[in-house]
Amino acid sequence: MSEERFPISVTVNGEPHRLDVPARLSLADLLREGLRLTGTHLGCEHGACGACTVLVDGASARACLMLAVQADGRSITTVEGLERAGRLHPLQQALADHHGLQCGFCTPGVLMTLVELLDASPSPSEAEIRMALAGHHCRCTGYQGMVEAALSLSGGAGTDR
Amino acid sequence: MKPAAFRYHAPRSLPEALAVLERHPEARPLAGGQSLMPQLNARQVTAPHLLDLNRLDGLDGIEEAEGCIRIGAMARQAALLRSPLLRRHLPILVEAAALVGHIATRNRGTLGGSLCQLDPWAELPLVAALLDAELELAAPSGTRRLAFRHFAQGAGRNALWPGELLTQARFPIPAPGARQAFVEIADRPNDPAEAAAAVSLRLGAGGEVVSAALAVCGPFPVARRLPEGETMLLGWRPGPDPRPLVSAMPLPDVADDDRAAMVRVALRRALERAMA
Ligand SMILES: Cc1cc2nc3c(=O)[nH]c(=O)nc-3n(C[C@@H](O)[C@H](O)[C@H](O)COP(=O)(O)OP(=O)(O)OC[C@H]3O[C@@H](n4cnc5c(N)ncnc54)[C@H](O)[C@@H]3O)c2cc1C
Ligand code: FES
Ligand code: FES
Repeated sequence: MSEERFPISVTVNGEPHRLDVPARLSLADLLREGLRLTGTHLGCEHGACGACTVLVDGASARACLMLAVQADGRSITTVEGLERAGRLHPLQQALADHHGLQCGFCTPGVLMTLVELLDASPSPSEAEIRMALAGHHCRCTGYQGMVEAALSLSGGAGTDR
Repeated sequence: MKPAAFRYHAPRSLPEALAVLERHPEARPLAGGQSLMPQLNARQVTAPHLLDLNRLDGLDGIEEAEGCIRIGAMARQAALLRSPLLRRHLPILVEAAALVGHIATRNRGTLGGSLCQLDPWAELPLVAALLDAELELAAPSGTRRLAFRHFAQGAGRNALWPGELLTQARFPIPAPGARQAFVEIADRPNDPAEAAAAVSLRLGAGGEVVSAALAVCGPFPVARRLPEGETMLLGWRPGPDPRPLVSAMPLPDVADDDRAAMVRVALRRALERAMA
C-alpha cells in the first residue's frame, strides 16, 4: 500500500513551496532531505539537544518534533535564512568573533534560539541568555562564548536585572 | 522517517474531532507533540490513527469565568507565561510554566498535553493537584467534568476513556490574600524536577493558618496532595522555623530516602516563600 500524502504550502526562508508529504515526515527531514537545507542539524531526534531548532512564524520549535504537514501555511526560518546579501547575520558574526562555536554542530539551533530571544527582548540579561541556551547541548565549545556573543548585541550589555 | 506509518487527521473544529473519534476511538490525540513525538520517533508508541489537535479552533482560550480561570487544553505553555489574566489571578501557574522545558518546547507544548501526559516530575499537574482543577472531557457521546484528583491516576495514566478528549481545565481563582508558592529542586531550572512542592495558604485575623493546601511531586507516580500535612498546618503561625513541622509530615511511600528528603526541602522552602 502506498502511503497517503498531503499537499502543503510552506514558506521557507521567504521562498514559497508547494509539496506533497507523507504525514509521518518530520519538518526536519523535509528541510534536510526534501529541500536540501542541511544547516538544520539532527542530534537526538527527541527534543533534547536543540540542534534542529528552527523558527515557525518567528517562534522557535524543534523541527524533529514537528510534522512537515503541520508546517502547512506557515513560514519557516532556518539558519540558511539568516544571512542577508552574502553578509552574516549580526549574531552569526558575533558568535564567530566571540569563539562561540567550534565544530558548529549545535550552532544552527543556538542561532535560531538567540535570534528569537533578541527579537522578543532586544536587551536580554545574562541570566535570560543562559536560560535560553539551557535548551541546547554543545559538546565542544562550551557556552561562555555564546553568552558573550549574545551579550555583545544586547542593549542591556551585561547588566542582570 | 522515524515513526511507523499512521493515518493522519487534522480536524478544524471540536465536532469534527469528535466525529473522527467516533469512527476511530483508538485515535491518538497529538497536542504540542513534545512528549508524544519523541515516543513516536522512537516507536515506543505506535498509533494507527493520529488526531492532530493543532488546527482546532477555539481550544486555546484563557478566560475568567465563575470565579475560575478557564484554560483551553491547547493553550501553549508559552501563552500561559504571557497571559496578563494568569499573572494577576494565578501567578503560581505562571511560575510553574516557566520551569517546563525550554522556550522552543513551551512554544509548542500545551497545558492539556502536560495534564494528560502526567509525568511524575511535571510542574503543571502539580499545580492542578494543588488547586484541584476541574477538567472538562468531551466524547462523541457527550461531555463530563472530572476533578483533577480523579483524573490523575498514576504515572502517565489518566482517566480518559478511549475516544475522549480533554478540552479545558478550570483553576479556581485563589481568595484575596491567599499565599501561594511553587518550589522545584532540579539540576538545572529547566530539567525535570527531582522534587517539587506547591503550597496555598490562607491566614486568619491573628496571622494563623486557617486553610492550607499542599502538593508535592517527584518521587511519586503522580503529583499528590498531603492531607495530613494540611491539617498539621492549621493554626500554625508564620515566623517559627517550619522545619520540625515539615519533618513530621507523613509523605506517600517513597522508595528513595534522598528524594524524600528533597521533597521536604522543597516543602519547607515553599512554605517560607508563601509566608515571606
Ligand atoms: C527537552 C524537553 C524538556 C522537557 N521538560 C519538561 C519539564 O521540565 N517539565 C514538564 O512537565 N514537561 C517537560 N517536557 C514535556 C513537555 O514539553 C510536554 O509539552 C508535555 O509533557 C506534553 O504536552 P504536549 O502538548 O507536548 O502533548 P503531546 O506530546 O502532544 O501529548 C502528550 C500525551 O497527551 C495526550 N493528549 C494531549 N492532549 C490531549 C487532549 N487534549 N486530550 C486527550 N489526550 C491528549 C497525547 O495523546 C499524548 O499521549 C519536556 C519535553 C522536552 C522535549
Ligand atoms: S534533534 Fe531535535 S532536539 Fe535534538
Ligand atoms: S560547537 Fe560543537 S557542539 Fe557546539
